[in-house]
Amino acid sequence: MAAEFERPVLLFSGGKDSVVMLHLAVRAFAPARIPFPVMHIDTGHNFAEVIEFRDRCVADMDVQLIVGSVQASIDTGRITDVTGPRASRNPLQTVTLLDSIAEYKFDAVFGGARRDEERARAKERVYSHRDSFGQWDPKNQRPELWGIYNSRHRKGEHFRIFPISNWTELDIWSFIAEYNIDLPSIYYAHRRPVFRRDNMWMAVTPFLQPEANETVVEEMVRFRTVGDATCTAAIESVATTVEDIIAETSVARITERGATRADDRMSEAGMEDRKRTGYF
Amino acid sequence: MERLRFATVGSVDDGKSTLIGRLLYDSKSIFEDQLEHIEAVSKRRGDDYVDLSLLTDGLRAEREQGITIDVAYRYFATPKRSFIIADCPGHIQYTRNMITGASNVDLAIVLIDARTGVIEQTRRHSLLVSLLGVPHLVICVNKMDLVDYDQTVFDRIREEFEEFASRLDLQDVTFLPISALAGDNVVTRSSSMPWFEGSTLLHHLESVYTASDDNRIDTRFPVQFVIRPQRSDFPDYRGFAGQVAGGVLRVGDDVMVLPSGLTSTITGIDSPLGPVEKAEPGDAVTLLLADDLSITRGDMICRPNNRPRVSQELEAMLCWMDDASPMQQNKIYSIKHTTNTARAKITEVLYRLNISTLHRETDVSQLQMNEIGRVTLHTTAPLMFDDYHQNRSTGCFIIVDESTGQTAGAGMLLSPRT
Ligand SMILES: Nc1nc2c(ncn2[C@@H]2O[C@H](COP(=O)(O)OP(=O)(O)OP(=O)(O)O)[C@@H](O)[C@H]2O)c(=O)[nH]1
Ligand SMILES: [Mg+2]
Repeated sequence: MAAEFERPVLLFSGGKDSVVMLHLAVRAFAPARIPFPVMHIDTGHNFAEVIEFRDRCVADMDVQLIVGSVQASIDTGRITDVTGPRASRNPLQTVTLLDSIAEYKFDAVFGGARRDEERARAKERVYSHRDSFGQWDPKNQRPELWGIYNSRHRKGEHFRIFPISNWTELDIWSFIAEYNIDLPSIYYAHRRPVFRRDNMWMAVTPFLQPEANETVVEEMVRFRTVGDATCTAAIESVATTVEDIIAETSVARITERGATRADDRMSEAGMEDRKRTGYF
Repeated sequence: MERLRFATVGSVDDGKSTLIGRLLYDSKSIFEDQLEHIEAVSKRRGDDYVDLSLLTDGLRAEREQGITIDVAYRYFATPKRSFIIADCPGHIQYTRNMITGASNVDLAIVLIDARTGVIEQTRRHSLLVSLLGVPHLVICVNKMDLVDYDQTVFDRIREEFEEFASRLDLQDVTFLPISALAGDNVVTRSSSMPWFEGSTLLHHLESVYTASDDNRIDTRFPVQFVIRPQRSDFPDYRGFAGQVAGGVLRVGDDVMVLPSGLTSTITGIDSPLGPVEKAEPGDAVTLLLADDLSITRGDMICRPNNRPRVSQELEAMLCWMDDASPMQQNKIYSIKHTTNTARAKITEVLYRLNISTLHRETDVSQLQMNEIGRVTLHTTAPLMFDDYHQNRSTGCFIIVDESTGQTAGAGMLLSPRT
């Protein structure tokens, strides 16, 4: 897929889907190096364990990492930071992402989004065309037949490419087991201080503190997704190994995002609206 | 686990999305938060019951209009198989999205409203499914609850469909009377239709035999890219990466590279999990050859005694999908076929297919959006291809409008008429 573009980049957050994608890419090009860099859009509010893993992983796999920093976008006045007790920088990432794509002139941005995650994603093509404003037009997607992908674009436009669109959460974990892939420690059950908010367990971090009426307790938890710490919740779990997690995932009654993402609960078409303006 | 890909097709409002919702709901594959969400939306809209089509109709515009606009993909598994569902739109305006969803499935479910029977759009979708070479078909006569679960209605529609389908190229067709809304014969057997003795839809999906659908005979390996590590620890490594499009490749096999016609032997196959002895259809691997041949992206590796056709003159069934401009004879388009990109002109429209009557209309030089015709093409470089019926991966191509970038046409290559 990368052969058809001048400047591809792979989005790499240290999360499980992007780790799987990086492994697929590295193995597809082996023993050569992957011919493109990886990029992380960092809100500055990520879990320390994930950032530490991200850096170790790119060093081990010998790939080039570009960090698009939301903090830098704030400092240079491209965006205004959000404030208040429930503020999250998650939506701010879009500007930093689009600025970074423009700065490096990327024409293909590989992402680890899966169609089983969310109802707007369930509609998106593998090769998702973006106009020069980075916008997705869900009502006018190009047809996409068989395994032939149309990569034609004008200067300034780009594609978001989702090679693992058809993988489910369970497929991801089965792959991690089969290929014995290392992940950030917070995917596995551990004890940590958390508090209850909107019926979810939020972790206490430098970026997220409980309000006066929210009590902190220590619970055995793990994360099903890792993202911005202000909007990613943990789930109660005792699954400490890949096998435990596969067993847990097979009988899960709540979707990955439903269980863990505060940002998707905002409105009926929250993700669709964010995607239209250029979100992942 | 074995995986089955299927699509739901048929006219607008025949109940495709509702059927998917019912299938997921009754097989306990809906997650609690998804159910809560659609219950809340249904309640807010004042529906009498939970609208299961909301499970796949995820776009704002779809919910406002109550129709499907673009394909939605859903996933579920039973102990027997895992499934990828493509819920296609029925409206004629979105036919190209239907083709997108149905192009690579193992099975298509054609829904027919029991009250209306076979209509134009049923015929259009059945024709497309037949042209796309979908190996298995299930015709679901839906909304049986609205015709008192009457067997004569089912039998009449079945005859109507068989009459039309006798002129199509369909291999395996099964008929089922169902109610997507009430759940009859979807996951559980209907007590309202004791006259029906076949199995439920889910049971059929779990058991339909698909193992013989892949072409495992004609070896085809379109080269995606050449791997040449610029690393001192692999000074002489040169591998050819791609996905097996047909047949089985083994270490030790003699192979031929097209279009050059040079031959060599496979000395190694690298898979993502390390070296392997053989690669099968669908596997993504890197081939190592004994000789240092000049091979580039777009070349085809095959067996010396079993080669695809190599030609710049093609004949194909072409579906036109561009709403902005009709297909024009002798205009230069871009053509994508396997890992090859070339330029192409459509030199002649042999006939246009009338979708209702299946008549071949000659004296045509254009194809409008949603029209299908048999055409000849001339390409700037030779393509290595097979008849679409022999091999779907090496027999399909797309046409791209060079000025707009739009995917304008989808074609299935055929042997020239004699
Ligand atoms: N009575 C009855 N109504 C049904 C049945 N199946 C679907 N419907 C209704 O038919 C209407 C259309 O259903 P959908 O599932 O949205 O139809 P569709 O085929 O997906 O339509 P498009 O995707 O827009 O082509 C809805 O109001 C359903 O509730 C059935 O078995 N019985
Ligand atoms: Mg629908």
